Amino acid sequence: MLFLDNIWVILLLPAFGATMMFFFGRKLQKRTVSAVCVGVIMLAFLWSCGAVWQYTQTHVGSQPFEKVIYTWLGSDSGHLTYLTHDGQPAEFKAQVGFLLDPLSSIWLLFVTGVGVLIHIYSTGYMAHEGGYYRFFGYLNLFMFSMLTLILANNYALLFVGWEGVGLCSYLLIGFYFHRKSASDAANKAFIVNRIGDAGFLLGMFTIAWYLGSFRFVEVNALAHSGRYAIGDPILTAVALLLFVGACGKSAQLPLYVWLPDAMEGPTPVSALIHAATMVTAGVYMVARSNAIFVLAPTAMKTVAIIGALTAIFAASIGLVQNDIKRVLAYSTVSQLGYMFLALGVGAFAAGVFHVFTHAFFKALLFLGAGSVIHAMSGEQDMRNMGDLHHRTPVTHMTMFIATLAIAGIFPFAGFFSKDAILWETWTSEGSASGVLWGIGFATALMTAFYMFRLMYLTFHGRPRMSHEVEHHIHESPKSMTMPLVVLAFFSIFAGWMSWPHSLGGSDRFMKFVEPVFAREAQVLTEEGRAAQVAAGVHEEEKSTGTERLFMVLSVGAAFLGWGLAWRFYRHADRDYKEPIAEATPPLYQVLYHKWYVDELYDYLFTGRRKLDGVRLGVMGLGDASTWFDVHVVDGAVNGAGWTTRVLGTLSKWWDQVIIDGVCVNGPAILARLLSYPARMVEWGLVQWYALVMVAGLLGFVFYYAYR
Amino acid sequence: MVPITTLHYLVVAAALFVLGVIGVLTRRNVVIVLMSIELILNAVNLNLVAFSRLWGLHGQVFAIFVITDAAAEAAVGLGILIAFFRNKETVNVDEVDLLKW
Repeated sequence: MLFLDNIWVILLLPAFGATMMFFFGRKLQKRTVSAVCVGVIMLAFLWSCGAVWQYTQTHVGSQPFEKVIYTWLGSDSGHLTYLTHDGQPAEFKAQVGFLLDPLSSIWLLFVTGVGVLIHIYSTGYMAHEGGYYRFFGYLNLFMFSMLTLILANNYALLFVGWEGVGLCSYLLIGFYFHRKSASDAANKAFIVNRIGDAGFLLGMFTIAWYLGSFRFVEVNALAHSGRYAIGDPILTAVALLLFVGACGKSAQLPLYVWLPDAMEGPTPVSALIHAATMVTAGVYMVARSNAIFVLAPTAMKTVAIIGALTAIFAASIGLVQNDIKRVLAYSTVSQLGYMFLALGVGAFAAGVFHVFTHAFFKALLFLGAGSVIHAMSGEQDMRNMGDLHHRTPVTHMTMFIATLAIAGIFPFAGFFSKDAILWETWTSEGSASGVLWGIGFATALMTAFYMFRLMYLTFHGRPRMSHEVEHHIHESPKSMTMPLVVLAFFSIFAGWMSWPHSLGGSDRFMKFVEPVFAREAQVLTEEGRAAQVAAGVHEEEKSTGTERLFMVLSVGAAFLGWGLAWRFYRHADRDYKEPIAEATPPLYQVLYHKWYVDELYDYLFTGRRKLDGVRLGVMGLGDASTWFDVHVVDGAVNGAGWTTRVLGTLSKWWDQVIIDGVCVNGPAILARLLSYPARMVEWGLVQWYALVMVAGLLGFVFYYAYR
Repeated sequence: MVPITTLHYLVVAAALFVLGVIGVLTRRNVVIVLMSIELILNAVNLNLVAFSRLWGLHGQVFAIFVITDAAAEAAVGLGILIAFFRNKETVNVDEVDLLKW
């Protein structure tokens, strides 16, 4: 029980790597950085394997294994309580505790497994880049956050990991931060994710208020207890709020806009974070909250509809993009849509299975694309590629396998998971199942088309690059091709883990995961059966024969897409034509400009673009605030100032004219005027005074003499 | 030989008096002004001595007092003058106008 009891070591290893890089990375050699960062992830992977193996050995019947390290929020003594909606006191408490059950086991294994491969790949890909230690520090921090998210035993700790991966995503998208487009893309990803996170937070606190606990085990037990009716409005709100969070993190329809831009980051990041692991966190969270979602059929329908719409919407944009990474980004959004479609129709196990297979072939596609970009000296535009297949044979072969897998061609991995989703959609209850299946089916066709378009434009046709670039084309180093080969192996065989019953297999993967969802599946089947009986649908439709027919249909769709791409792009030369642009130019323009969603958001939400000279959205709010500030606040300030000035002028006039003039200077002037005659006789010469005296004396003398 | 009568004395005294007054009124030098005052005082003394020939010794006694007084006055006047000279470096009476504003 060494591995299972000390499951926290899995988290500690990448945290150690990230800390080392943070404090000492600058001083370390590249070889040391690689050794530490790849080493810890490899150890984490081995430890995870050990933990999952011990778990399967000891926990029969898929009982979850829980290990609490310490109480993180709240206290153990019951002092911190709050009132739930029915007035019962509940303990406010979030632990640092780890939960291992089949669901988190799956994520644990593929996250660490794909993580190791991508770390190894990065040592080759980033070999000539600056900030080597920074890159690996971020990657290790990401692994730590992602593992926290996966292993958390309550919503609060899950949210820590949830924010951590968001932060790392931001840091890594903006890795080339001196490029404006990269830092813009990083901001966009962060801000759009915040919208989702707000929903998740609200959902989380509503759970605490309504159910009185953060812990998954307790929340699930309460949801199963029968105290809450199916369709409970507050649980529906909770489910929808959680789904808003999932929409942000997993790039679903209204909030998907950040993911294509996230391709500004280095390619290994796109592979690890924006394809294989982080973007599936939303799927994980919804699957983890399945007990709540099952009690909220409206939310389930919303999830299914949003998922299906996202799948076809993103696929349609992917049809005409020219940037190799953007095609893959839209493909990722589209595949995530599939996963949510599966969750929404109650096929949790099928959705999780698709996450699992998708992680391998999409990581492989991105790493292959990185290898191509590496060979093309940084060129990402497929219009300037072509004819690479004999110069980069390993990249070509492995990417071809991944393409077969994502297109859903038997017996590659994508076939099994995608087919499971389509089949579950078709057989799910509800009136819209046919429509949803139709959308999924059309998406499968489009997926095959754009993926083979990518393959033909990149590896076949005529070379369209400049001579210098052509001269430098070379196969990538071993450190990059080795992960490709390993991932290619899994892209072929990962799907075999759940070889379906209808083809004589035993569905082992689904069997392994299903206990987590067992009760939900039961509830859904009962509901569904009732609905189907009411709708007059016969049981026969679910037979093995029909399932085989559907498999043939979806493989047929994949081959049809392949055929179309082969026809149009096989000989692509410098002046090749886009078939969609040839057929309907307006549709091509709309698709090429991504349905103008970014422009719409710029009009409505950011306000970067003006509508008739008026800004809406955030910048519009800024404009309104500016107007208010300039006119009202500044007006009041200026008004006060103006009043003071007028009063000051009046006061000055009063002081100068009345006080100084009349009261002070007035008496002085009067005194001066009156003193004038007095001054006349005071002329200050002694002899004059004497003369006057003599004159007076003589006057007296004459007066008395001649009187 | 015409006997010297009181009138002669009076004429001489009047002449002395007028000289004194003119000196006081016209000279700028304070020392000379003070000397002119001595002239005026001595003119008066002369009158007093002249009349004492007719009416007894009272006049002569009074003249002694005047002489004493003149000495005191000269001492005080010259003292003031020296103090003033130290401040203003002048002994001209028309430059003594500090009280005028």
